[in-house]
Amino acid sequence: MSDPDASDDSASTSGDPAPASDPPESVTAALVEAARESDLGLVVGTLLAVYAAATLLTFTDGLNSVVGLLETLTFLGLVYALTALALNLQWGYTGLFNIGVAGFMAVGVYTMGMVVRSPDPAFGPPGLGLPLPVGVLAGMGMAALLGALAALPALRLKADYLAIVTLGLSEIIRLSLQSSAFDTFLRETIGAGTGGGRGMGMPDNPVRGLFLVDGQAGNPTALGDLVFGVFGTDGLGIAHPILIGWGYIAVLAGFLIGFYLLLERLGRSPFGRTMKAIREDELVANSLGKDVNLVKIKVFVIGCALMGLAGILWFGSQGNVSPTPQFRPLLTFYVFIAVIIGGSGSNTGSVLGGIVFAAVLFEGPRRVGGAVRGLIDAETPASFADAVASLDPVTFLAYATDNVAPLQFVFLGLVLVFIIHRRPEGILGDRIETAAAVDLSERPAGGESDE
Amino acid sequence: MRARPGVLFVVLLGGLLLVDLTAKLAGVGLGPIGGSLSVDRLGSNLWNGIVIGLVIGLAGIGLSMTYSILSFANFSHGDLVSVGAFSGWGVAFLIAGFGDVPVRALLTVRDAGSASPGDIGAHILTTPAAILVGLLAAFVVTALLAVALDRAFYKPMRDRDGIALLIASIGAALVVRYLLQFGYGSDRRGVTASVDASNLAFGPLGLSVNAHELTILVAALGLMLAMHGMLQHTKLGTAMRAMADNKDLALITGIPAERVVTATWIIGGGLAGASGYLYVLLRGTIQFDFGWLLLLLIFAAVILGGIGSVYGAIVGGLVIGVVFTTSTIWIPSDFNQAAAFAVMILMLLLRPEGLFGGVSTT
Repeated sequence: MSDPDASDDSASTSGDPAPASDPPESVTAALVEAARESDLGLVVGTLLAVYAAATLLTFTDGLNSVVGLLETLTFLGLVYALTALALNLQWGYTGLFNIGVAGFMAVGVYTMGMVVRSPDPAFGPPGLGLPLPVGVLAGMGMAALLGALAALPALRLKADYLAIVTLGLSEIIRLSLQSSAFDTFLRETIGAGTGGGRGMGMPDNPVRGLFLVDGQAGNPTALGDLVFGVFGTDGLGIAHPILIGWGYIAVLAGFLIGFYLLLERLGRSPFGRTMKAIREDELVANSLGKDVNLVKIKVFVIGCALMGLAGILWFGSQGNVSPTPQFRPLLTFYVFIAVIIGGSGSNTGSVLGGIVFAAVLFEGPRRVGGAVRGLIDAETPASFADAVASLDPVTFLAYATDNVAPLQFVFLGLVLVFIIHRRPEGILGDRIETAAAVDLSERPAGGESDE
Repeated sequence: MRARPGVLFVVLLGGLLLVDLTAKLAGVGLGPIGGSLSVDRLGSNLWNGIVIGLVIGLAGIGLSMTYSILSFANFSHGDLVSVGAFSGWGVAFLIAGFGDVPVRALLTVRDAGSASPGDIGAHILTTPAAILVGLLAAFVVTALLAVALDRAFYKPMRDRDGIALLIASIGAALVVRYLLQFGYGSDRRGVTASVDASNLAFGPLGLSVNAHELTILVAALGLMLAMHGMLQHTKLGTAMRAMADNKDLALITGIPAERVVTATWIIGGGLAGASGYLYVLLRGTIQFDFGWLLLLLIFAAVILGGIGSVYGAIVGGLVIGVVFTTSTIWIPSDFNQAAAFAVMILMLLLRPEGLFGGVSTT
């Protein structure tokens, strides 16, 4: 390995970012600086700040509400972080602009469901009735296979064309899962169906079995007895599903660490240096004898397998999956926003971006809107026009807080544009393991075509 | 790519489908090939495909122009389509139902109040003036919004690469779409009134043509002809083609780049708005995110015709429209959209420069 990219990278891959900055100006700056030195400290610090804000918002409703909200926020933060990490491998490291994330997640979770579900279920489509680990592997494998297929256009197309192809692919996947004809076809050929537009129920979460015998409420295992006795209705008064949710969060955290270590290891390997070289300048990487196409295919396969796994861990634990609206392209954009916030190219950034996105942009506005709505004593007008016609700011506020979901998306869009304008490198963008400042995705005006 | 197995495969597949179609029309069945299909059904499929294709092609013109002149894939284009529909129909309703129905119900396209489409009575045969003024309003409002979005979101990043602009346009799309939902509500609702005897039958062809479909045909062709005249016979059109062809050369020859960009947004945005308005006239219903759901089909049309080619966008729109409606002859109807996307992906893989690739500017 003696290509110039490798030597350029060695400085930034050896751990923390090259400091080379002026001494901090104040104590706070020094603290921030110290926190930035440690990736783990940064993530934990962000999580604690989110927890503090959530507690402030709900502490009047009692411990159960606080712990419940924290559970929701942590779950969302972790699953977004998992997916963002997978995307970071493709986009952040290799520069492959894949906006079909939702499709690959759907393939993962649907394959898992079809393999694991019982061949003769009480309701919903039949499955193959194989054990859960087989299902998870099959889901990852199927997502990887489709990833390999999606990589074929990536070998020839420029970034924005690839974006449209992958978006089209994810919509084809969603429409296929939605189709009852496809469902019937699968039932007749392999004996397992998708459930069409109604979706399918997911197999029982094994974590639930750790706390409850056969997953039956009111029949706890020894561990369940212990945990429920201390924290549950007999102890601190926290609802049992929330406690089981925290158990699953521990599993998710384990997977997150696994993802992170895998990607860090990959990023620092010779293979990782080739990925970054492709991102920086494909032509140079090719000229130096790197098999650019093979690397791209591998990255697509690994990234899509991880997306499939993230889809299984996320939607597989939610009881029921259906193609619409769960796997609309909007889901892909959420993950992209998480990666962009954290700074594409940084694994720690992706984790942080996932947490910040889930708490501040995704769940935060709803909770704040709901809290504000509770304070207003006014009837909600039936429509925007009625709210405006009332000429009463309080009535208008009531309408706005009751319809906080669309406003949240408006806010999301504005944040996205703001970040792209002002901080395209994200919160932790200075950590991007870059070799050069040239952006390869730029299309030379009037340059040569692909042919 | 001298030897092109992919192209051969597509040609073979197309030939097979054609043989199958002929066999179906003749009512001959040979194993998996053939079956039965009435000429009437094929005719109405083709006609529906052409009408949808004209609307998609109209929207595609703007997308193709921004793609070639500003060098980015504009993901907010679909939401401009929705904006045109809502603003245009608000104005059309205001004219059609003024006095009988509260203004707030009219301007919000029936979000407020309880007036039914029949109460408002918007239809090309009964209130032609309202429908035409609505089309004009759709063009103007969307053009203004497109310019405003450009000033706020895209102008500060003119020198950035295509992917950064693409991401910004996703942000802009979210802002526009959900402001529409906030202002107009999220439910799907009927718009046009039904009028007796609005179908014209063409006996020998077995076609039944709706008055609204004829309106769309005339309006879309008129707008496309106007576009052609503008591009070929005005100074602005020449400047646009020059910018799309070679930006640096155009700047050196003294073409005022910013003015051309503004004109691009006005025309492209206005056509998008008009196509959204016409799409609602065709479907008879409106929903805040229909333009976004249409966006991928519009992209498919633009890519099929060749990015940057205005005429390609029109032809691409027609092809996508016909694929969309006639594919139901062979595959289940819930796959027709997927079929259109598959055609787009195949095109990108086999001939990325599009059907009209050679002429990338006009």
